[in-house]
Amino acid sequence: MKTVQAAFGLASIFAATFALAQGAVDKRRSGYQDMGEALQKMQDDDMANPGLLFVQLGEQLWGKPAGAANKSCADCHGAAAASMKGVAARYPAIPKDTAGKDVGRPVDLEGRINLCRAAQQRAAPFALESRELLALEAYVARQSRGQPIAPPSDPRLGPFREQGAEIYRRRQGQLNLSCAVCHDDNAGKKLAGVTIPEAHPTGYPIYRLEWQSLGSLKRRLRNCLVGIRAEAYAYDAPEYVALEIYLMDRAKGMVIEAPGVRP
Amino acid sequence: MTNVLINAPKTAKPGEIVEIKALILHPMETGFRPGTNGRIIPRNIIERFTATWNGAEIFHMEMSPAIAANPFVSFFAVATESGTIGLRWTGDEGFLVEEQVAIAVG
Repeated sequence: MKTVQAAFGLASIFAATFALAQGAVDKRRSGYQDMGEALQKMQDDDMANPGLLFVQLGEQLWGKPAGAANKSCADCHGAAAASMKGVAARYPAIPKDTAGKDVGRPVDLEGRINLCRAAQQRAAPFALESRELLALEAYVARQSRGQPIAPPSDPRLGPFREQGAEIYRRRQGQLNLSCAVCHDDNAGKKLAGVTIPEAHPTGYPIYRLEWQSLGSLKRRLRNCLVGIRAEAYAYDAPEYVALEIYLMDRAKGMVIEAPGVRP
Repeated sequence: MTNVLINAPKTAKPGEIVEIKALILHPMETGFRPGTNGRIIPRNIIERFTATWNGAEIFHMEMSPAIAANPFVSFFAVATESGTIGLRWTGDEGFLVEEQVAIAVG
């Protein structure tokens, strides 16, 4: 009788751990999984994904000297395939500037490119959402395709992540909605015939068919803010970077698919 | 700055049907949209796309303002002889892009 009890106990422990292991399976979905087959094929085919046009443009810019220093990105960083691998997976971060001094605030990939441009090339920074900046960002992000999102463990990012989480959960705008209402509570359901994605920034910068162009995560966030009839932050507002830090942390471990295609 | 992605096979057997795909960076501005100042943005589209095989035209299409930005064109051709496939886009504001890809048939 004792052995039967022991066996039963063992079995229930096994069942519990099995259930736990099952629960640990990643249930997060990239927007890619919610798109139609045609769009998925479009993203997967490097000759049909219009984002690759911008990657090609970015590759040209990478090798082109610019600014008073007359230096190109390649002069310092060499071949992007090696030097930029995984970079998009760990930004936003708090980088050091060229003198080894701390920048003191988190910057995203676009911000990092413009920092480099100002300090190293001594050129005017690219306008946010300009074709050049998006092209370079796409080229850099492309080198991280297939890499898992790995936010840095820098403790200084903590408060900014908290701020991002707070914005994510804060109801705002005339519709009085927060990001979480759609993307946490109602993800997977329909909004005007479209599946609400879980808002994981896996493919940025994305080629959105509605935009007929490449766009940054900031543009996507502005889009959502306007959608809930809230006032969008200024283009260079730190709130976007805080939200990006939170979203990247939320998508930790998911695979980068930049440049993504979205409807 | 022009930017094109062309996907065509490098080799083909005689008589084989090959698919040629071409993607080009272009705003395809319709000419119907007002800009931020309220004025109509002038039309700027690709009007015509032509493909040639060793100089002889094998495919062409007229594009219209209803076609989205960065048009993607895919068409088929029968591989007859080795040579070059020429692709040509012409449009508003003197837009002209010519690209060539080599194909070996045999």
